[in-house]
Amino acid sequence: MNVLPRLLLVWRSDSYLRQALGPVGAGFSTLGNRLAPVVVPMGKFSSRHQSTSVVVGMAIVTALLPFIVLIWPISGFGTQNDFIDGFAQAGVWVLLAVGLNVVVGLAGLLDLGYAAFFAIGAYTYAYGASPFSHNAVPFWPMLLVGAAAAATFGLLLGAPTLRLRGDYLAIVTLGFGEIVPVVFLNSDKYTNGTNGITALYQPSLPICGDFGFGNPMPYYIAVAVIIAIAMALLYRLQDSRLGRAWMAVREDELAAASMGINTVTTKLLAFAIGASTSGLAGVYLSSKLAIVSPSQFGFTVSFTVLAMVVLGGMGNIWGVAAGAFVVYEIQSQGLKQLNNFFQGAGIPPIHLGFINIDLTTINFLDYQYLLYGLALVGMMLLRPEGLFPSRRRRAELHDVDDSAAANQELVEA
Amino acid sequence: MSEQTAPAILRTVHLTKAFGGLVAVKDVDFEVRPGSITSLIGPNGAGKTTLFNVVAGLSDPTDGYVEFLGRRMVACPERGWLEPVLWILPAGLVWVLTYLLNAVGVPIAAIEILILVGLGLLIATLITAVIRPAWYGRLLVHLGVFKSARPNDMVQAGIGRTFQNIRLFANMTAIENVLVGMHGQLKASPLDAVMRTGKQRLEEIASRDEALRLLRYAGLPGREDELARNLPYGDQRRLEIARALATKPKLLLLDEPTAGMNPSETATMMQLFGRIRTELGLPILLIEHDMRVVMGISDRVTVLDHGEKISEGTPAEVRADNRVIEAYLGKGAV
Repeated sequence: MNVLPRLLLVWRSDSYLRQALGPVGAGFSTLGNRLAPVVVPMGKFSSRHQSTSVVVGMAIVTALLPFIVLIWPISGFGTQNDFIDGFAQAGVWVLLAVGLNVVVGLAGLLDLGYAAFFAIGAYTYAYGASPFSHNAVPFWPMLLVGAAAAATFGLLLGAPTLRLRGDYLAIVTLGFGEIVPVVFLNSDKYTNGTNGITALYQPSLPICGDFGFGNPMPYYIAVAVIIAIAMALLYRLQDSRLGRAWMAVREDELAAASMGINTVTTKLLAFAIGASTSGLAGVYLSSKLAIVSPSQFGFTVSFTVLAMVVLGGMGNIWGVAAGAFVVYEIQSQGLKQLNNFFQGAGIPPIHLGFINIDLTTINFLDYQYLLYGLALVGMMLLRPEGLFPSRRRRAELHDVDDSAAANQELVEA
Repeated sequence: MSEQTAPAILRTVHLTKAFGGLVAVKDVDFEVRPGSITSLIGPNGAGKTTLFNVVAGLSDPTDGYVEFLGRRMVACPERGWLEPVLWILPAGLVWVLTYLLNAVGVPIAAIEILILVGLGLLIATLITAVIRPAWYGRLLVHLGVFKSARPNDMVQAGIGRTFQNIRLFANMTAIENVLVGMHGQLKASPLDAVMRTGKQRLEEIASRDEALRLLRYAGLPGREDELARNLPYGDQRRLEIARALATKPKLLLLDEPTAGMNPSETATMMQLFGRIRTELGLPILLIEHDMRVVMGISDRVTVLDHGEKISEGTPAEVRADNRVIEAYLGKGAV
């Protein structure tokens, strides 16, 4: 219990300590009793052990998904292998969304250049493990290196821009998001320009089986593990001193500063931690595709991730992850199946004067962003808090009559 | 009286704040003595809140300075041009060294490493300058550059405040608001939070208990899990005070804490101020329009009008001062 003396230093008022820890000397046994009232009101196991429940939840989801796709209507859409490959790809977007959620959802900083950190993570792996760079660092340490590199660039971007707020910050991050791919594109000598760096080495891990193009299962499991760890750590951060500081900065920056929060450090940390998650996604994606090229990291990536965060429910880690997964699956699987469906359904072309619609020839994938736009407009009108909102945000976006109920839930949770 | 001889906890010296041509605060000297309630009054637009904001580190004065606990905390920045020079100094020295070594004929690999070290130093210096930790501020003062403390530095030094228009974290619960106020005393790093170290968990438990105690003290028992925005107006004011107390201040700045309250709410609020002073021994600097509050609890009153201090003294002295009556009721009222 050598933490106690340290705690004593933390608190200037010892009258408080006597109250909190009981009479001095009996402090040790009293401590157990003091633990109880704090832990118990939290109620459910899940909120008490959020990180454990994240890991368990991710394990269940990871175990179930490969079997769900064998069930009838879904099984008609493709082989299990195709689906697992799709899920492994979706994992990248889940990671990106969970990371951006820290910046946008928790700290309230609108970042439109998030793909830049994704690119930095991906290129870090390309330098670490490709014939182009003559390096062959294994994948797993490169994950950490990629995250660290992205976090460093998060700090570098953040430092000069964080005095800006709201729209101005969004514009600057947008600029940074454009600069990074262009730099990678134009530094031919170091990045191989438009062609990108190819033939990156694949990860290897004895127990996971063989990582390869024909065998997506190890990738699927790897990304599930990475997501579970990232989410568990983010839950812990959210529920700490730093998480509260992020929320305070989001609510009212001036008041937060007047409560002793160094808003600059707080916002920089949000940027760096969000960027590091994105760096993980970048390393993973580049190892999976075995290629990085500047065209993968355009503005559409930043925009898509932001849309995922907003649709999923800003501020709620699980919600954002689920939102990213759903949006990715709709975009990659749903639209494709829509094409297949209408091609097979044989609906006759509609002729109404100058309107000619032939559903069999429409490629719905071309209308991806139109559908995004419609989905976003619809969401903002009908359910602005997102599909799976945090209780807090639901309370924020609904009127007073609802908020009493939301409060009740907060008390129970 | 011993109160007269005790050194002031807060002192403003020739404090002036101008916004362009408008001088909002003009050459104001006043002080807050330990354990006293000092009120700042004046008609609307007299410069009270501007003075408050300067003292709280929100804006730099145009002239003069603020001394807190004998240390000059806020003043017009001095020799600011020196700071950018200091930023590039470490990296510049390394690069000059690199140049000299290159001339001597050191291997090219070592030269490249030195260039990168210089770059790293430059980046590290710039990020430190942006973050401005306390030691950096002290270093600047040592090197002859003076920059005013930021609001969070003033809080760390021991000034807690509330706002004229309530600025709670509306979508956080009451207890979370208070816990944010404790931010400066909590020492767990993000790494501790990620690892859930014993230190971090103990600290969270202890801070939760302390927050509940503060909420009870401010008269909000049992409201800890309510969102701040759903609290009634009077309770929001109380929560602001609880949050300010959570910063463990040595001086409390209250900006119109009873604005918009009915007489009975005001009376309980005054009791709270009295308790804060007697039980916690905390000096209070108060801006207030309600003369019953001001005259009822203040030890000293400072009157501002058009940014200038026109009167100072005990409530009775100020009440009898013709200039004060003139400021409030106009010439000819005397």
